[in-house]
Amino acid sequence: MTDVSGTPILEAPLAEGATDQHMVLNMGPQHPSTHGVLRLVLEIDGEIVVRLYPEIGYLHTGIEKTCEAKFYQQVVPLTDRVDYLGPMANNLCYCLAVEKLLDLEIPQKAQWMRVLLAELTRLNSHLIWLGTHAMDIGALTVFLYTFREREDILRLFEAISGQRMMTSYIRIGGLAMEPPLDFLDRVQRFIRTFPEKIDEYSNLLTGNPIFRNRLMGVGHLSSADAVALGVTGPVMRASGIDFDLRRDMPYSSYEKFQFRVPISTDGDVWARYLLRLDEMRESVKIIQQALDGMPEGAIKADAPKIVLPDREKMKTQMEALIHHFKIVTEGFAVPAGEVYQGIESGHGQMGYYVVSDGTAKPYRVHMRYPSFATLQALETMCRGRMLADVVAVVGSIDIVLGEIDR
Amino acid sequence: MGHANTLVGKAAVMEGLPDHPAVTAILAWSPEALTDAKFDRDELTLTIAPEEIRAAAAAVQAAGYNFFEDMTAVDWFPSSPRFQLSYHILSHAYKERIRLRVLVEETAPSVASITPVWPAANYYEREVFDLFGIRFEEHPNLRRILMPDDWQGHPLRKDYPVEGYR
Repeated sequence: MTDVSGTPILEAPLAEGATDQHMVLNMGPQHPSTHGVLRLVLEIDGEIVVRLYPEIGYLHTGIEKTCEAKFYQQVVPLTDRVDYLGPMANNLCYCLAVEKLLDLEIPQKAQWMRVLLAELTRLNSHLIWLGTHAMDIGALTVFLYTFREREDILRLFEAISGQRMMTSYIRIGGLAMEPPLDFLDRVQRFIRTFPEKIDEYSNLLTGNPIFRNRLMGVGHLSSADAVALGVTGPVMRASGIDFDLRRDMPYSSYEKFQFRVPISTDGDVWARYLLRLDEMRESVKIIQQALDGMPEGAIKADAPKIVLPDREKMKTQMEALIHHFKIVTEGFAVPAGEVYQGIESGHGQMGYYVVSDGTAKPYRVHMRYPSFATLQALETMCRGRMLADVVAVVGSIDIVLGEIDR
Repeated sequence: MGHANTLVGKAAVMEGLPDHPAVTAILAWSPEALTDAKFDRDELTLTIAPEEIRAAAAAVQAAGYNFFEDMTAVDWFPSSPRFQLSYHILSHAYKERIRLRVLVEETAPSVASITPVWPAANYYEREVFDLFGIRFEEHPNLRRILMPDDWQGHPLRKDYPVEGYR
């Protein structure tokens, strides 16, 4: 039962019709353009890629197994570490799933704050993609610019949660604490200048002939292949599939926001580049709407046995102190059942499948992360193309190995 | 929020959701293959007989559930049947998701691979094979994906300790 079928790739026979010119080339797991620890085994004919085989698992930490040994609320910090470039999106997806099991009503303000933070996270994720993607192609300057703005976003995260990257700010039942008084003003200041910054990146890259030649017509993925291989997010939309969970299956009040979902039918690396720039502009619009219409009210659900009480109440009210003690030491029981909650993260469709057996610890937490499926399409995009294009294609699918290996 | 209608059992779902495209597609294809059904928390779960999963996947695909989103397993140790496979299938047209559920016995667990229907299931089935030890017949490359090739055991099984074997 434990035996493994198939052959390790390095011992596998070469592709059919292979000549003496075929060779097997190892790329990674320490190659700088693989964005972490992705290992690619390539069979090449001269400089043409014949086969490509991604070898993953170097970052596997067994997070799903760890979740089963923790209380529901203790899983939130674990989710930060899965897609480490989009912490708030992870928190949001997990919390929405558990809230669905609990049938919890989340206050309006918390929902709008979650939208605002999810979009800031998307900007954060896209900025890292743009900087590293351009750097892979050889345009080193852009990285310095995008990381300048990313630093602003991380300062906002630090202001609201006390942590730059592992925020754990979105909690089951709402948010961890009230945002600081000047937080919305600071977001407004950031948003006011950010569209100019996108133009600045575009000025550096869009007209650059080297960048254009490296990207245009490279890594083509048809819409049929995108669906068949489970590709989601910007890569899928650049291949002409018009689907975005924020618009089509809204969660956390996204249905109250007006935004456009950028689509392209070209399906190449260039289309993905332009589409993500467009997505950043739309995210700015969503954040602006969230700031303008931010409702008043509570940031936590009215569920004292599930949501931790305010510190002030805990120190002055006996009931709150008891609830706090019970939640921290015993957790809270979640009704038995199974739910799947999907959200649109920066990379594509993220999903949490949570199974409860009625106790205070999740029976099973499965994480569907977009990069895992997108990686399957890499061979389709690279086959028959030049070896140097592999770097451009890997950059364009915007993978994070933390979410692939979990 | 509020889940006013929860439907438990095949008969209740057939009565409560008679026009649901996935339910009608499965019933039109093979009513016996649908062994159980549930509509809970706005999610439809259709339990399929293990030997029919590939044909069921093809039936819902033809009915408009065009996108394979996710697949994983749950270990109900020590219950029998021990394993549950959950396939999450999305429809871009209906903007809706369904769950196909398959129960698998403990001894030599094995089901047909759905990679002929959705190539996207390739990595997901490898992951379930790796972490749960469930085999997928006719899978093109059934090898461990996350754990090392020479690893002993399947970590996500419930009888595998969280700290691993020391």
